[in-house]
Amino acid sequence: MEHIITPKVEHVKLLDRYATKKSATGTIYLTATHLIYVETSNNTRQETWILHHHISSLEKLPLTTSGCPLVIRCKTFHQLHLLLPRERECQDVYQSLLRLSQPVKLDELYAFLYNPKQNEEERREGWTTVDLATDFRRMGLPNDHWETTELNKDYKMCSTYPLMLAVPKGASQATILGSAKFRSRGRLPALSYFHKDSKATICRCSQPLSGFSARCLEDEQMLEAIRQANPNSPFMYVVDTRPKLNAMANRAAGKGYENEDNYSNIRFNFQGIENIHVMRNSLQKLLEVCAMKSPSMSDYLTGLENSGWLRHIKAVLDAGVFLAKAVSDEKASVLVHCSDGWDRTAQVCSVAGILLDPYYRTIKGFMVLIEKEWISMGHKFTQRCGHLDGDPKEVSPVFTQFIECVWQLTEQFPCVFEFNERFLINIHDNIYGCQYGNFIGNCEKERREIRLQERTFSLWPFLLEQEKQYRNPLYKRKTGTLRPNTLPLHFKFWCGMYNHYEKGMHPKQSVLDQLLSYTQKKADGEKKYVGSTEAISGC
Amino acid sequence: MEFAELIKTPRVDGVVLHRPFMPVVEGTLCLTGHHLILSSRQDNTEELWLLHGNIDAIEKRFVGSSGSIIVKCKDLRTIQLDIPGMEECLNIASSIEALSTLDSVSLKYPFFYRPLFEVIEDGWNSFLPEEAFKDLESMTDEWRLSEVNKDFSVCPSYPALVTVPKDIDDDTLRKVSTFRHGGRFPVLSYYHKKNGMVMMRSSQPLTGTNGRRCKEDEKLINATLRAGKRGYIIDTRTITVAQQAKARGGGFELESNYPQWRRIHKAIERHSLLQESLIKLAEACNDQSHSMDRWLSKLEASSWQSHVKEILTTACLAAQCIDREGASVLVHGTEGTDSTLLVTSLAQIILDPSSRTIRGFQALVEREWLQAGHPFQQRCAQSAHSNGKLRGEAPVFLLFLDCVWQILRQFPCSFQFGEAFLLLLFEHAYASQFGTFMGNCAADRAKLKLPQKTVSLWSWVNRAEELERFTNPLYEPNGLVIWPSVAPQSLLLWEGVFLRWNRSSKWLDEAYDEMVHIIEYNKELQNKVNSLRRQLAQLETEDGPLQTP
Repeated sequence: MEHIITPKVEHVKLLDRYATKKSATGTIYLTATHLIYVETSNNTRQETWILHHHISSLEKLPLTTSGCPLVIRCKTFHQLHLLLPRERECQDVYQSLLRLSQPVKLDELYAFLYNPKQNEEERREGWTTVDLATDFRRMGLPNDHWETTELNKDYKMCSTYPLMLAVPKGASQATILGSAKFRSRGRLPALSYFHKDSKATICRCSQPLSGFSARCLEDEQMLEAIRQANPNSPFMYVVDTRPKLNAMANRAAGKGYENEDNYSNIRFNFQGIENIHVMRNSLQKLLEVCAMKSPSMSDYLTGLENSGWLRHIKAVLDAGVFLAKAVSDEKASVLVHCSDGWDRTAQVCSVAGILLDPYYRTIKGFMVLIEKEWISMGHKFTQRCGHLDGDPKEVSPVFTQFIECVWQLTEQFPCVFEFNERFLINIHDNIYGCQYGNFIGNCEKERREIRLQERTFSLWPFLLEQEKQYRNPLYKRKTGTLRPNTLPLHFKFWCGMYNHYEKGMHPKQSVLDQLLSYTQKKADGEKKYVGSTEAISGC
Repeated sequence: MEFAELIKTPRVDGVVLHRPFMPVVEGTLCLTGHHLILSSRQDNTEELWLLHGNIDAIEKRFVGSSGSIIVKCKDLRTIQLDIPGMEECLNIASSIEALSTLDSVSLKYPFFYRPLFEVIEDGWNSFLPEEAFKDLESMTDEWRLSEVNKDFSVCPSYPALVTVPKDIDDDTLRKVSTFRHGGRFPVLSYYHKKNGMVMMRSSQPLTGTNGRRCKEDEKLINATLRAGKRGYIIDTRTITVAQQAKARGGGFELESNYPQWRRIHKAIERHSLLQESLIKLAEACNDQSHSMDRWLSKLEASSWQSHVKEILTTACLAAQCIDREGASVLVHGTEGTDSTLLVTSLAQIILDPSSRTIRGFQALVEREWLQAGHPFQQRCAQSAHSNGKLRGEAPVFLLFLDCVWQILRQFPCSFQFGEAFLLLLFEHAYASQFGTFMGNCAADRAKLKLPQKTVSLWSWVNRAEELERFTNPLYEPNGLVIWPSVAPQSLLLWEGVFLRWNRSSKWLDEAYDEMVHIIEYNKELQNKVNSLRRQLAQLETEDGPLQTP
């Protein structure tokens, strides 16, 4: 609270992007967690709540005759253009928000204050909603070829990996430890997905420390063990998700990629997904397109092209499709990595999971997938989402891209996902909102150290509670591997996400709402039907 | 019979048919006067039944002694026929080429087609101007139905009956017609019941370089204004294009001569540019390269989406003038047969709830396109694969349907018909067994005796079994004006037309069926519950007296 200089400012205008005449007048309130705008003009008392954590940038524009403009941009792609009556107040609000939106310590995050009126029991229960051991069992582990290992006890072998890892049975302890030493940050090849039907697997790791010529016998043995754990294919794929040029450049730093000559029976390829910096700039450009005042169609399409955004989305999806095809069609195992194996690798493995396994297309299964490929395997949420005031070069919309890939798939396959668009957007908002603990911290070790599960609540039980509104009414079970069409023309701009708050751009009637109301009516109708039948038979 | 001469080889065995996203079929290819038929011999079912009129262009390829014919259809589908034997292939190709480009209208399929269904309501009589005028009469007495054009001599592209202000006599109309391009004097297009404002349409005035004026023209359009009210003239061309038109005898209404009217210029492109746009778009959609940048840049370069945006923007403007400003509107471009009709018909979709019903939409197409003299035969002679010299081909009607689809997508519950109905009209405008879209204007249709000699599309559509297919299950009548968003983000590429053959429809069809199922199930359930409740109520009243001792 000490950061709030002026808690309330009256006669603030909220400008409408399209019709300047239609701007609203209201009052802004600053609380410890939110900026609240209450419209007072039309007797409506419409409220807009902005979580401080959602604010990505603040801009004070030059003073005008009608007031002092303040532009607030959010990580949820919400943009507010406020007009404060006095320079002084504007400066105060600006100062306060600047500080409030950039917490310095983890303790300052909303999740550590948030109390949803649950007792300790419920809190603990909540954190067990998603359990990765259960998912390993669901996939069919342990089995003849795969087992879980405790080698990462105390996070000694790899500090950014979870304690529970699955590895091939054929790999000895020495092989595993040796391989870990030969991989960037110790991120050794570990199981991501076991495909029951084909016995083929997806494993993930970081780049090898191969430089120009270094070899590591244990690493070679490790890959061989992974390959042999799949009796259905004489070879395995090693997929480097980076562009070849980037991978080559890494060799100079003693890193790099696998030399096909040193590993027996591997087929190596690059997938050409760009790095976090390219993705950050691309999103920046995309958002500039979204914010254009009244662009011509040509401005818009050219801007969309120049942003490169859909090109990157396609690259991620293409790589996911490659993995899914290898596993389900060729029955060949795949080892995936990028540089550190926590950004592109997470994207590609989770997209492949969605394509391969109908379970991950359910509401619960999707949570498991995020927990597995992102949270547990050390995607650096704190840094990538910019939860804390830190290096802006570490921020990147890697997770957003994954969510969008899933959305693109829901557009091509409207009946195979249990959840709807709102579910995806809500998860995305929560990733940045820090109201729940799930997406705080960069890896499991860090989360244990800050005792996250004792101090914050898990998002998943709250989403499950509101499951009804996240359901896809068109959902039908049973479909195997998805084979999306990835020709460029099948990718769409996701207006519902990047222009989410521009309601005027969206369809004015929602088919989803309509169908959800039918689902509700159906439940009611069936109840009434049973009731009436019983009443009649009682007569 | 002339057809026989054109068919050198009527039948070839062992032909292999390739279609996008469908299994390859081998069978016998047969050519008839109007169809290309392929039937797989196993079960004697037709695999392909293609109207020659639907063929836009063909390409031949030869490998060794066999050849392939690539058939590009007007509905944008591409199929391939592998034909054994060089000679057979050449014969088939030249026959298809000849049969698909027959010049004589009287040889077209609609003149030979005999319906296999019972015509309950003759579509040729479904939307008569007299009937439409009756509706108008019930709302206002300020208009009259004029027969001035009954022999099509005053305006060759107008129908025999037109609606004009009551106080304007036929002599005046004749004078005005000499002042308007192609004789298209201002006529009523739409009457907005809510506030009595109207939308008129015409062609450009023939002011020429020296600013010719026509008192009768001024009188006519002023007659549509209420006392003290101003109106808007929406010229679909940019001011530059309108200025240039003066040199060729055309022009626009000068403020000094029309002081009660405010002129607004918009920028809908000429039809030749629209055709170019379609060709480029179809080409972009068939590009199989995997480069996103290339696709987006080709999409942008085609300008198709820009046209959609511009057309919708102009239609919204016309609707706004009428509904929000409470002013009457006159719309025209150059000839008044293309961009003008786009604007007047789309403005009605926005303003008039009845034009969003199946029947009302048919009436709109009939009134604002067919009777209004959009030259369908010329515009739809070729589609996206037209190469070489254009002879007035242009996808104006397709753009109209695309814009309707955009509004439908934004208001998915406000239309009684679904996308399938728009697709149907697209297909039949380009190739059909029905006579509806033949000819360029009412005079052509009368001369060809279409009502007597051909079947109307509406005769077929307006039967219960067909209507069901085209009905939008989400429809809930909405009596309001619907304002679409024209932001680029809100306007999508019409997948149903442009990506139709580039993807498998399996998943989307499944979704549609599921949606229909959910809604149908609910209706049934509701009915069951209601009937049970009635039953219960009855039982209770019957039992009532018994229970009371």
